Amino acid sequence: MATKEVKPNDPMIDPATGEFRVIGQGQTFLSITEKIARIVLTPHTPMGWFGLFTVAGGGATMLLVALTWLFLKGVGIWAITQPVAWGFAIINFVWWIGIGHAGTLISAILLLFKQGWRNAISRFAEAMTIFAVCCAGLFPLIHVGRPWLGYWLFPLPFTMTVWPQFRSPLMWDVFAVSTYATISVVFWYIGMVPDLATLRDRAHSRIGQYFYGMLSVGWRGSVRHWMRYETASLLLAGLATPLVLSVHTVISFDFAVAVLPGWHTTIFPPYFVAGAIYSGFAMVLTLAIPLRKFYHLESLVTERHIDNMGKVMLATGFIVAYGYGMEAFMAWYSASHWEAFMFWNRVFGPMGWSYWVLITCNLAIPLTTLWSRKLRSSIPFMFFISIVVNTGMWFERFVIVVTSLYRDFLPSSWGTYRATKWDYMTFVGTLGFFTFLFLLFVRFLPMIPMNEIRMLLPAAKVKPKAAEAAD
Amino acid sequence: MPAREGTYGLLAEFDTPSDLVRAAQQARQDGWRRMDCYTPYPVEEAAEAIGFHRNKVPLLTLIGGLMGGAAMFSLETWISTLAYPLNVAGRPPYSWPAFIVPAYEWTILWAGLSAAFGMLALNGLPSLYHPLFNAPNFRDGATTDKFFLCLEALDPKFDLTETKAYLQKFSPNSVVEVEY
Repeated sequence: MATKEVKPNDPMIDPATGEFRVIGQGQTFLSITEKIARIVLTPHTPMGWFGLFTVAGGGATMLLVALTWLFLKGVGIWAITQPVAWGFAIINFVWWIGIGHAGTLISAILLLFKQGWRNAISRFAEAMTIFAVCCAGLFPLIHVGRPWLGYWLFPLPFTMTVWPQFRSPLMWDVFAVSTYATISVVFWYIGMVPDLATLRDRAHSRIGQYFYGMLSVGWRGSVRHWMRYETASLLLAGLATPLVLSVHTVISFDFAVAVLPGWHTTIFPPYFVAGAIYSGFAMVLTLAIPLRKFYHLESLVTERHIDNMGKVMLATGFIVAYGYGMEAFMAWYSASHWEAFMFWNRVFGPMGWSYWVLITCNLAIPLTTLWSRKLRSSIPFMFFISIVVNTGMWFERFVIVVTSLYRDFLPSSWGTYRATKWDYMTFVGTLGFFTFLFLLFVRFLPMIPMNEIRMLLPAAKVKPKAAEAAD
Repeated sequence: MPAREGTYGLLAEFDTPSDLVRAAQQARQDGWRRMDCYTPYPVEEAAEAIGFHRNKVPLLTLIGGLMGGAAMFSLETWISTLAYPLNVAGRPPYSWPAFIVPAYEWTILWAGLSAAFGMLALNGLPSLYHPLFNAPNFRDGATTDKFFLCLEALDPKFDLTETKAYLQKFSPNSVVEVEY
């Protein structure tokens, strides 16, 4: 049904399968290498890049100001108090980590499922993961109040002979997030080594040759090396898959292990992981759509990618919807007065507006429209949806943290939550910092994995002599 | 340690992976052992052709993962029972189910690090210098769009003129002598 909306003679559609092409027609090994390497190796930085870099740098500076004041005055400058002792810091932490998850999903899980279309978007999705984890990791660190004592989280031999307490999910978080950050960086770097070698060999400037030469550790493309490399990539993908699922599961334990109504539920781990992938794919779209336009990469990041990402968002969106449904159902089915009140208060209480923003942005708009292939292949619409879902997922974290806390068991201790300007500055600052890092990545590192794209070309296949003569 | 002077080998350049694989298969059949192929992306058939079938990366990964998991679990047990036993809501000091999560993460952490750095170590990387970088056409092609077969001078069958003629039979783009 939906396929009728697409013109049959569209050159971007493969007549054999009826699907959008993964890469545009007529590309060769040399053409894709030049297309991708030129973005990095050109001495002319586009003016638009400088413009964005200035804005993002301003955001990063704002973060620096907010953090400086925070370290001077303490966490009292934020809106956190009793009863809402967890505010923006935790919301942002969970939101950023969730965004990172799509990068790992694309690079690891889709690799295991042999989804060839992932290749073009895997590298910058991985970069997105790393920068999102950088932003996320910042929040628990600054939230502890005395960040210079942050190393107490690690089991290190101190003179006071005090050791961490391993029965706490907050402690598990330290290991989950630090492992996630390390493995993401390693996976990203190892994946980049052959492409850095390409840049080394194509760089004209002496600095470029040294820089990429050092980073590419002398890669020369020996097939023995390639075979070990492929094994290592596959193993890293196999390891990153259970890792990424465990990270958001452990983060959901921070909430689910508490006795608080609204947090103490068993649906949290799968619901958090699905939400993470939902928001992560939205962020990949937010980044990919302007990038492909700006750097003319439409033949590599094709409508097929946008379309497939829309499908993944549709699927994970419904898992998230199931999570919301289950929360409502359990509030009734538990027959617990506290659970029922928490849910009623979350939806219709004084901060109920946040719940309705969440429902509108996460369910009402995307889950009704993403069914249509016509809308999924409309680039402006998908950009709009990506922003909507990112907003919705931020509000989901807001709803979970704030509306579970602000009216607890004892009416005399009820309160409210209103973020201060420092909260907003820190949050907007991390958005700037993230963009800042991402722009540096786009300028200096290959944002599309050339070696993986080469494998997608028809010329990459080894053919027997007879078949070759027939071509 | 091989001599670091004279000829490293002869390097034949091909345009397609199929030509490379055919040449490599033939060379292997004719008794060549000290040889390697260089490609801009992984070509599994070329590895098969030169007789490279399995590698040790999975074993290293397994060992790394097991050691990481065991190390973290032991550390948690030692801290919670001997070094700093804490009574947290009456839970036993050795509450092993809670210890699984960090041990699980460390299993993945050390397995992943072993896979990545084990792969680099087995490949002999980093090594910023290699004689092949002296070949004039290697840098232009090996990481972009050309496919190379190198027959190395350490092979007992190697003879500069005969081997050159032998490689020419596969009709490569060029055959270049590579010096150390």
